[in-house]
Amino acid sequence: MTEFQDIVLMKGNEAIAYAAIRIGVDGYFGYPITPQSEIMETLMNEAPWTTTGMVVLQAESEIAAINMVYGGAACGKAVMTSSSSPGISLKQEGISYLAGAELPCLIVNVMRGGPGLGTIQPSQSDYFQAVKGGGHGDYRLITLAPASVQEMADFVDLGLQLAFKYNNPAMILADGVIGQMMEKVKLPAYRRRRTEAEIREQCPWATLGKPATRKPNIITSLELDSVIMEQNNLRFQAKYAEITKTEVRYETIDAEDADYILVAFGAMARICQKAKDLAREQGIKVGIFRPITLWPFPSTAIDSFSAQVKGFLTVEMNAGQMVEDVRLAVNGKVPVEYYGRLGGVVPTPQEVYNALVAKFNLPN
Amino acid sequence: MSIDIDIVSPENMVYAKPELMNDTHMHYCPGCSHGVVHKLIAEVIQELDLKEKTIGIAPVGCAVFAYNYLDIDWQEAAHGRAPALATAAKRLNPDKMVFTYQGDGDLAAIGTAETLHAANRGENIAIIYINNGIYGMTGGQMSPTTLINMATATSPSGRTTSKDGAPLDMSKLLAQLDGVCLVSRQAVHTAANVKRAKRMIRLAFENSMAGKGTSVVEIVSTCSSGWKMTPAASNDWMVDNMFPVFPLGDLKNI
Amino acid sequence: MVKEIIISGFGGQGVLSMGKILAYSGLMEDKEVSWFPSYGPEQRGGTANVTVILSDERISSPIVNHFDIVIALNQPSLVKFENTVKPGGILIYDPSGIVHLPERKDISIYTVAATDEASSLRNSKLMNMIVLGGLLKVVPIVKLENVMKGLKKSLPERHHHLLPGNEKAITRGMEIIQPLG
Repeated sequence: MTEFQDIVLMKGNEAIAYAAIRIGVDGYFGYPITPQSEIMETLMNEAPWTTTGMVVLQAESEIAAINMVYGGAACGKAVMTSSSSPGISLKQEGISYLAGAELPCLIVNVMRGGPGLGTIQPSQSDYFQAVKGGGHGDYRLITLAPASVQEMADFVDLGLQLAFKYNNPAMILADGVIGQMMEKVKLPAYRRRRTEAEIREQCPWATLGKPATRKPNIITSLELDSVIMEQNNLRFQAKYAEITKTEVRYETIDAEDADYILVAFGAMARICQKAKDLAREQGIKVGIFRPITLWPFPSTAIDSFSAQVKGFLTVEMNAGQMVEDVRLAVNGKVPVEYYGRLGGVVPTPQEVYNALVAKFNLPN
Repeated sequence: MSIDIDIVSPENMVYAKPELMNDTHMHYCPGCSHGVVHKLIAEVIQELDLKEKTIGIAPVGCAVFAYNYLDIDWQEAAHGRAPALATAAKRLNPDKMVFTYQGDGDLAAIGTAETLHAANRGENIAIIYINNGIYGMTGGQMSPTTLINMATATSPSGRTTSKDGAPLDMSKLLAQLDGVCLVSRQAVHTAANVKRAKRMIRLAFENSMAGKGTSVVEIVSTCSSGWKMTPAASNDWMVDNMFPVFPLGDLKNI
Repeated sequence: MVKEIIISGFGGQGVLSMGKILAYSGLMEDKEVSWFPSYGPEQRGGTANVTVILSDERISSPIVNHFDIVIALNQPSLVKFENTVKPGGILIYDPSGIVHLPERKDISIYTVAATDEASSLRNSKLMNMIVLGGLLKVVPIVKLENVMKGLKKSLPERHHHLLPGNEKAITRGMEIIQPLG
């Protein structure tokens, strides 16, 4: 990391670690896996337990790490973990329990190509897993997709803010490109960790020891009475509806006059910008729509372009996952096409441009 | 004959329900060891004046509802993960007393990794391990500590070493780890045993507060429903069959 | 101004760190920069490459098809990336171990014998700095003083005694780079 005035140059993974220390995260629990190991390595190197008091622990498995997150979150602490695709699969049990127990926390997934052990190269094939519920039960994960190292840093704070606002786990769904690339970043200002008294006030549900003045706090997702469990579920659904109404985030670039819109998230949105420039040089009016929250998905915002454009091209580093949500949003009003590469291959701007021309029969 | 009600006075009190035990009706079967161990934990927390500092971690298994019975803060863990929750709870709150309460399916099967590694790191937590050699809640299936020849729902002809391996002695494994300061195996079938078990639970909780490392108190227990015996017969069977394989006593106390 | 550069070679040749120093130097000049490496097992013995983009404007894609400058430090890299140089662009390579010479006529090609020079300096670790010097001679995209500033920032303090040696290597690279043919 290099200090240059307020701006530093670092990898996306490193930015996650530095941001976590600076905003006063209480605990990080993780297990090494490429391409995100720099997150824990950076934390161990910075040794924040000697400065802010942040706990950083290498767990024996992804399963243990997410359950450590559960134990810390249940105490009202700001806690997080990070991993990459196969490791995130292992965490799904814990994520479902966190959602069921309504615990706030941050999970970072720096995606690599799957399925199975797959490849370590960049991918976006965990979109379904993140936004459709990778674990069991009717739950939703607030999912943020950073497209720059700056957003990697910023979304640590945003993710935890949203998690605590709604008592729900949040995920940063990044990819190997954003994790591994270096860019300029302005790190967040230092903020001290909350005191126990502050946590007791902000999180009256936290298990920090029961004073005589209140009933025991019990963190659980268990309810054997199905009628009560249905009520719990309805409460979750109402919360998810509120999040959908309030927390949608997206970015558009050159979309105002666009005839075609490229829909892409994360690193793919950056690559699409270059493809858009190539198209504009050829006189094709192309814009970008970048969902920042993948859940809640910006359906209404995407649909607002349906009357204006001749078509959408969804570009993903997977076999076509987000395109299903774009199609649901557009609901057949105009064609929604898909282009992508699989298994860790990153499409180039030229490939995206070529796909746009081919899908919509544009003069080349 | 009339009862002399004058004898019901505080100075004549010889026994009372621990203050931390709720009035909730327990779901445990008659003769089950869980109720006794719950009571001991409640007494110890009260005696050590830790009730405002205690975080209990409940397991999956019959004791899943432990949080309904003790008037303290609880976290309910996924099956086997209690030591991972406890690790974070204690590290993030070093001034709290953090204990897990786990059965043999939870601790010795699905949660073996979490248990061994928390102990190996010497987490300053207490682990109360109820070993009755069977999955009680799911209806009496074989567990890692089921005895050889013991018939269960998933070993109907009796457990065999060739098919299922020998009963797993987790306490013996854990006692070898440097991070562990106390491993004691107790039972609660007689008044004398109850007293000894309580002493070791107390020591385990004191160790957590003193930051001495991981303490494990195994309670060799009965499951009269799972074993299909009366409570009294269960106690006898435990003495005759469980104790030779899981002998009582301190395996480690430093 | 935007310069899209790829540096490619064997793992251990200092490809990634050369890219890093270039990116830091750009940062010192208040340019927008991006640095995207090949990563994983490739770093350990195989072929490694890094894409560095320096720009006056916000950088869109950190991954591009064609480059203003390609720096190839081994034969496989030369084969792989020769055709990705933009027409009129620049290809720099180290002739050590190169048997198949580049064939493009629409680009400027330079050689910098950095491997040989580094071994005559008895420090193979300076090889990438010699290449960097050659690059700066051909395309002064960043000022030498800013490279030294960037180097100082990117090196841990315990290695700061190595700075004069690095500067010498950069200067040497500027002297020995030459157009092909």
